[in-house]
Amino acid sequence: MLAYIIRRLIGAVLMLLLVSLVTFGIFFWIPKLAGQTTDQLAAAYVGKAPTAQAIQDTKERLGLDKPVIVQYGTYLKGIVAGQDFKAGPVVDHCPAPCLGYSFRTSQPVLPQLMDRAPATLSLAIGASIIWLAAGISIGVLSALRRGSIWDRTAMVIALGGVSLPIYFTGLVSLAIFSYSLGIFPGGGSYVPFTQDPGTWFQSLVLPWVTLAFLYAAMYARLTRAGMLETLGEDYIRTARAKGLPERTVITKHALRSTLTPILTIFGLDLGLMLGGAVLTENTFSIPGLGQLAISSIGTGDLPVVLGVTLLAAFFIVMINLVVDLLYAAIDPRVRLG
Amino acid sequence: MTGEPFLSVRDLKIHFPTDDGIVRSVDGLTFDLERGRTLGIVGESGSGKSVTSLGILGLHNRRNAKVSGEIWLDGKELVGASPDEVRRQRGRKMAMIFQDPLSSMHPFYTVGKQIVEAYRVHNDVSKSVARKHAIDMLGRVGIPKPDRRVDDYPHQFSGGMRQRAMIAMALSCDPELLIADEPTTALDVTVQAQILDLIRDLQEEFNSAIIMITHDLGVVAELADDVLVMYAGRCVEQASVDDVFHAPQHPYTWGLLGSMPRLDRARSERLNPIKGSPPSLINVPNGCAFHPRCAYATLNGGRSESERPELTEAAPGHLAACHLPLDRRREIWESEIRPTL
Ligand SMILES: Nc1ncnc2c1ncn2[C@@H]1O[C@H](COP(=O)(O)OP(=O)(O)O)[C@@H](O)[C@H]1O
Ligand code: SF4
Ligand SMILES: [Mg+2]
Repeated sequence: MLAYIIRRLIGAVLMLLLVSLVTFGIFFWIPKLAGQTTDQLAAAYVGKAPTAQAIQDTKERLGLDKPVIVQYGTYLKGIVAGQDFKAGPVVDHCPAPCLGYSFRTSQPVLPQLMDRAPATLSLAIGASIIWLAAGISIGVLSALRRGSIWDRTAMVIALGGVSLPIYFTGLVSLAIFSYSLGIFPGGGSYVPFTQDPGTWFQSLVLPWVTLAFLYAAMYARLTRAGMLETLGEDYIRTARAKGLPERTVITKHALRSTLTPILTIFGLDLGLMLGGAVLTENTFSIPGLGQLAISSIGTGDLPVVLGVTLLAAFFIVMINLVVDLLYAAIDPRVRLG
Repeated sequence: MTGEPFLSVRDLKIHFPTDDGIVRSVDGLTFDLERGRTLGIVGESGSGKSVTSLGILGLHNRRNAKVSGEIWLDGKELVGASPDEVRRQRGRKMAMIFQDPLSSMHPFYTVGKQIVEAYRVHNDVSKSVARKHAIDMLGRVGIPKPDRRVDDYPHQFSGGMRQRAMIAMALSCDPELLIADEPTTALDVTVQAQILDLIRDLQEEFNSAIIMITHDLGVVAELADDVLVMYAGRCVEQASVDDVFHAPQHPYTWGLLGSMPRLDRARSERLNPIKGSPPSLINVPNGCAFHPRCAYATLNGGRSESERPELTEAAPGHLAACHLPLDRRREIWESEIRPTL
């Protein structure tokens, strides 16, 4: 088991290296392939009047004068050992793990990420609790009462849920519950939990519910389908043949098999979302990682883009590892081969 | 023996209404069974054997299966009983062994846990007592080192061991009726024989009534006291095992005997498989359901196609449903069928 974990961790590091390399490549090589010179690239970061001298300074300051592969090496070294950064006459030291400095603000990237992560984390975790609870219970009930009014209503709503885009449901919920009824604050009202838990909670209710609605709909459909399939399994028939009460058959025998594959999907969804729930953050103006990614892509701020991408990849890789370990704990066929 | 039989099935019908029509999987089945006796139910696949066995255990969903008739188990009627009452009998008074032991056990729980669970639903004992009982049961069905194997998962058992474990689970509450639905079909030949031996030994030990469901008359010959031949959801012949093998009355039974694999021949070599295939149970042929496949259907002046033959006594305790006159049957059996077997 330990060897397995170590192997998976090494795999995770390689995965992150690959992600960083690809992101680097997209940022530098693709413009070059398209015929852009390093001067032109640097000019974008100079400001209003790009003189030759200013461009030269910028190139040196950002390290753009060096070959891409060297820049990449510097970046990796920064993560492991920290990095020194020349901002005019003073030399700034950025301790490991250093994700570099923003091309735009000259601020180190990592604190920016740490600043944005709690908002995304709050959004993703709150929403996932709601969607798991709602999606799974609705799915199970629908499967157990297949064909009933309840089942059909739930599935029509779920179909709506998976078909409606977040910005639509988000704007509608804002219009109704915030601007018309005034029950919840509108967009842009997010404050960190540490600052004011009450406002934090209030400001997140609508984003949570909106985001959870989409996923709950998906999970309800998945759970229902999985449950129906499981209920047709031979071992469920055996459980009934033993004389177990139906409730035990469902909770102990059927549910466990139904939820196992859903765990995998949940891991992926949560991992993706921790990298930034872009549409939801945008709709509700929540200053999370998704917003940061979008704005830094817009301004061509490579180190920030790279930082968000790596953090997102890190979440996905880690959660997948956790999911696989849980899987092995649940399913002896995985664990014992 | 008291007046009423231990298990008595009266005119059992199990129909499934579907969009395409009513599937008459079991259409009027009647038989009795005593403790310590084994009834073999034979028929090709799709003749309604499994639906019958699940019906006796009350395992059909009442929403999509229409069950009528009577099932008397030790003086209690089950068709009209509440689902919970039937559930209480399941596992305790009547138990079942299924065809595929791997898919029939939960992959996530150890064999021991699954036996413990079966035992504890009906017996108010602690987990450790139940575990001892599980180990004991595993030992009794011939699993070596049961105190270690008890903590293995089903996938860690071989096919034969798994079926033994399944039997241990079914017998854990000492049921008086055991239904085995093709318990050896998924196993290879030598293991098959071992499992049949085991079932026979256990029956002597527990004195339970057994319904042995199979498409293989060889299994019936091994184990059964009485035989019920099923075709298209109905009984076409019912008799003692001797009568079925030595004086069979029904052309379908002849067909089954003719298609029986024999030890002295290669397994793949079957003498005469019955031509054609069993009918869909939505559209059962008029008259005798077997007539489209029966070589003697034309000998009855059109009655085979138009009139359903009732089960009648050919000899004391020997029932068959066929329009052929008795002497005609004997003649055909003696001159045409028996010599070819
Ligand atoms: N739940 C069901 N709904 C509709 N038809 C069914 C159902 N269960 C079984 N049947 C049909 O009943 C017939 C008899 O099946 P079964 O008892 O499994 O045959 P076998 O003799 O091979 O065990 C088959 O044609 C099968 O399709
Ligand atoms: S009734 Fe007619 S068709 Fe049916 S088995 Fe007898 S002879 Fe054949
Ligand atoms: Mg069957």
